[in-house]
Parts: sequence; C-alpha cells; structure tokens
Amino acid sequence: MLAILNIDWQVLADATALGAVYALMAVGIGLVFGVLRLVNFAYGQLVMAGAYALALASEWGWSLWQGIVLCFAVVLALSLLMDRLVFRPLRTQPPAVMLVATFAVAFLLQSIALLWLGPLGKIAASVAQLNRPVTIGDVDIRKITIVAVVVAAGCLLALVLLLERTTVGLQMRAAAMDFRTARVLGVRANRVIGGAVLISGVLAAVVAIILTVQTPLVTPDFALRDTIVVLAGVVLGGLYRLVPATLGGFAIGFASGLLGGALPTEKSQYLDSFLFAAVILVLLVRPAGLFTRARGAVERL
Amino acid sequence: MRRAHELLAPAVLVGGAALLGLAVSSSTEIYFVDTLVKVAIVVALYLFIGNSGVLSFGHISFVAAGVWTAGVLSVPGDAKPAIMPNLAHFLRDTTVGNVPSLALAAAVGAVFALVAGLPLMRLSGLTAGIATFAVLEITHNVLRYYEKIGPGLNTFSSVPETTGLGQAAIGALLVVAVAFAYQRSRFGRMLAATREDPAAASAAGISIYRQRLLAFTLSGGLAGFAGGLYVHLLPLNTESLYLDLTFVTLAMLVVGGTTSLWGAVVGALAVSALDSFLAEAENGVDVLGAHLDLPAGTRLVVVGALMAFVLVVRPSGLTGGREFRLGRRRRPQAPSAASEAA
Repeated sequence: MLAILNIDWQVLADATALGAVYALMAVGIGLVFGVLRLVNFAYGQLVMAGAYALALASEWGWSLWQGIVLCFAVVLALSLLMDRLVFRPLRTQPPAVMLVATFAVAFLLQSIALLWLGPLGKIAASVAQLNRPVTIGDVDIRKITIVAVVVAAGCLLALVLLLERTTVGLQMRAAAMDFRTARVLGVRANRVIGGAVLISGVLAAVVAIILTVQTPLVTPDFALRDTIVVLAGVVLGGLYRLVPATLGGFAIGFASGLLGGALPTEKSQYLDSFLFAAVILVLLVRPAGLFTRARGAVERL
Repeated sequence: MRRAHELLAPAVLVGGAALLGLAVSSSTEIYFVDTLVKVAIVVALYLFIGNSGVLSFGHISFVAAGVWTAGVLSVPGDAKPAIMPNLAHFLRDTTVGNVPSLALAAAVGAVFALVAGLPLMRLSGLTAGIATFAVLEITHNVLRYYEKIGPGLNTFSSVPETTGLGQAAIGALLVVAVAFAYQRSRFGRMLAATREDPAAASAAGISIYRQRLLAFTLSGGLAGFAGGLYVHLLPLNTESLYLDLTFVTLAMLVVGGTTSLWGAVVGALAVSALDSFLAEAENGVDVLGAHLDLPAGTRLVVVGALMAFVLVVRPSGLTGGREFRLGRRRRPQAPSAASEAA
C-alpha cells in the first residue's frame, strides 16, 4: 500500500515530525484564541525571534544551553510585551480589528528583523549536532525527528495536566468557554490571559528550537509559511476547541509532509491551493471544524 | 447635489497630489504616480470593507487578476515568448492597447470577485477574514505556478509604461467617483445599514448577502482596474502582489479610517507620503539643514509601528471614519455611527 503511493518510511517519519511541530504551534495559537478570541497572526514571528536568538547565540560562541535559555527569554519577553502593548488595549474591539492588529505586529517584527539583522539570514550552527541521522533498521532518521515527536508529545501531556489538574488551568478552560461568566465568578482576566500568552510563548520557543535544527538558516520570514499553514490547519480542525485545533494542526502538517514527499513537483506545487480551498470549504460547510462533534460556537451574522 | 463636498474633498486631495507631482523633478514624480495607484487600490478596498464592515484580506487577489490581465494582454507580441514561454495560444496571439487592457482588467477583477464572493459572502467577522486570506493564498499559488496564463515566477517586464501622472490621476479620480456614487446610491445605503445593525437591516427587508456580494464584485472590479494601472507603471511579479501589498494597503485604510471615503483617501496619501519620504531618506536626504540617512528597511518598520499605534490609540483612524465636513457641525453629533447609516 505504502509502496504504491511511493511513500517510504523516511517520508513517513518526516511527516510525523512536521505534524508534531505544527500541533505545538496549533496549541499555541488555539490557547490564545480560547481566552482572547484573537487569531494571533504574529505567532510565526515569535518563533522567528526565538530562532534568531539561537542563531545569534551561536554566532557569539555561546553554548547550546545558553542559546536555548536566550531563546526562551526572548520569546517569552516578546509574548508578554505583545500582550501588554497591543492585545490588552484592544481586548474590547471586534475580532476583526484584533486580527488586523496582529497582522501589523507580525509585519512590524518581521521588518525589524530585516532592518536589524539583514535579509540574508544567520546560521544557527550550534544546534546542528541534533540534525545527524541515526539508523534504525534500514531507515535513516534524523535525531531531531525523534526529538520533535517526543518533545511535542511531552509538551501536550504537560499542557493537558496543567489544564485539567491546576486552578489556573481550570480558570483558563472556564474563560475559553465563557469569558464574561468566568469573570463574574471571580476569575481574574489578566491572570488567565497572561497565563495563556505565557504558555503559548513557551510553545513558540520549543517550536523555534525544533525548526531551527531542521533548517538552521534563519531569515526574517522564518516560520511565516509554517504559521500560515498551521492557521489553515487550526481552522480546519476547529478553532473553538483546543483538542480539535491541535488535531487539525497535526493533520495538516502530516498531510503536507506526506504529499510533499510523495507527489511529483508539478503536482505538489499546487498543494497550498488545495489546502486553502479545503479551508474555505470547511468554513462554509462546518464552521466549527472537522474534528468537532457538537455544534461549536458558530459566529452569528 | 447635497453633500457634494464629500466627493469634492477627496477629489481635490487626489488632484492636488497629482499637481504637486507635476511640480517636482522627474525622479520624485514616480512616488506621486505610485501614490495615486495606491489611492485607487485603497479606495477599492474601502468600497467593500468600509461600507460592509466585513474584513477582506483577499483584495490583492483581484488586484493581481487585473495585473495579470492587463500585463499579459499588453506585452508586445514579439516579447511574449521571452517572459511567458508557456502561455496559452489565444493569449499569446492577442495584444490590446492601453485603455482596453485597463477595461479588461476591471472586468476580470469583477468576475473573479463575483465568483469568489458567491460562497464567501455568507461569512462575516473573523471567518470572513480567514476565508478571504485563503483566497489570497490560492491566487498567489496559482499565479506563481500556472504558466499558461502568465509569466509564473518571472517579472512582467516590457509592459508599455503608460501609467504616468496623467493616467494615474484620472484612474484614481475615476475610482473615487465610482466609490462615491456607490455609497450615495440606495445599494450603498442598504449595505451601510447592514453594517450598523444587521438584525434591523434584515428586518427591513435588506438581503445582507446580496448587498455584500454586489459591493464585493464592484470593489473587485475597481481593484482589478487599479491592478491594470499598476502593471503599466512598474514591472511586477507574484511577490509584489502578496502579503506586503496586502499589509500596506490595509494599513493605509486603517490609518485613515475604515468607514469613510475621505478616510481611505487621507490614509492612502498620508501613509504613502511617509513611506516615500522614508524611502528617499534611506538613500540620504537633507531635511531642514540636517542630513538624514536611514538604514534600508526603516520604512516598513515605521509603517508597521504606525499602523499598530493607530489601531491601539485611535481604532477609528485619523479621520474618525467620518466623511469630510464643511465648516461648523450643524447638528450636535449623536453616536457617530447613526449619522452614517441614516
């Protein structure tokens, strides 16, 4: 079956890793959407900033661990700053205004990177050691593929525990369901939103590390393409619930990895068109998403 | 005509920009021509977004459709094989003049918007934003790789450069006039009513879907026309008709004020002026005796920061989203939205 479709284990492993990374990004976007009803277009630029942190750290001769710490520090600081300066003042505006605002932030961060660090990009050399292959059976699998899958699974598990077993998690779920009622019942808005932004920042940093290992050349449009595809995946899966959003992210990463690897170029170059046509179709037919059972919070006209 | 000043004020601004363009050196003139084309694109955006209150990230698709139509049809026949080797036969054998190419660009833009709008105009709010963004992605992807209808990854070189100051000014004024005529028509008023209160508008017998579709088609036509102007000005490719242009034109609309024609024109001119000045400053200019030499890329940072700043501080834009007013306010201003819908 796999042989007929011209898919080998190599492609399958890479597709799974891509799916895992996209699932993490989907959670990052989905969490913030849950509490703020805000589609964060600038999420990819957080990842980009983290990747630049790694690249600069390696340029300055820092060790891998110092680089990773810097990456987390930069991404988290930027997330909180973004929330404080842009999202918080705009919280009462309609979702469309907030979407335009995140679009502006995305563009701003990207052009700052362009201005400051140049269009040619920087190479994160220190993380490249994770890119070496290990041989299992007769398949060469890059170490990062395994790391990506394991890390993604670990992060998702930790997140589930956080959401299910802690007070902050409970408050976050309540806020995602009905923000106003949650506030009336004593949930502090800034704390919940801050928590969601922080977690989504942590995930962005993790994604930045994994993506930088896979493609060590960091340019100003690093992760832009991925963010756009993940956004499509999140909408396909179901924007209003976290689990379907994550599944959507994984599915789109897995599918594009698989089809990109298996189809000949003259067909796979139109992959994006099919992907986004599917997004439009889902928005029209099942606005709550493919992976949702009950009717979600469909936007009223 | 009552409220004629609402047409005159933006038209005077556009005409003033064109006259100013006549006065400057020819190396600076290009900024003015570019600005006028941007005015046309932003007003086309305004016609839909401003009147309907629905966000569209997809209008650059219609601009791109216009660019492709006018570009493919006006590259001289003997130059076509060089940049478009795989072009379909009937396109290869057809070459039209300047004005027909602009008219066809508008027609293709309108038809494309109509086809895209048929399903999409049922959506609103966030969903509409994402769906129109998907249209942009599909258009970009198809134009990039489908070489039967255009140059693919190549740049539209050797298109006759007919968009000078005159053509750009006439084009921009035409787009402003159409937008004004539309918003003063009963269709424009009905659409504005659906923006202010969808439930009340429906109850009054207005079909939200049909009014939005009409505005979307018309605005797609204007965007296609602006695309035609654009390709006669500069050699363009798919990358110049993608996220950057989407961002800059949306920024212009938002900075000016989304819900008025005046805002669209003011925003386009203000942001263009700033953008052009910074572009010059990146090459080094003398301002008030001081030499200013900014690093390349400053303009995008400033425009991005400006848009974010305006959104946070004044979400309704520089003009507050109101039309130009003469003299004192005659009536005490009740909640601003009400006067526009009335």
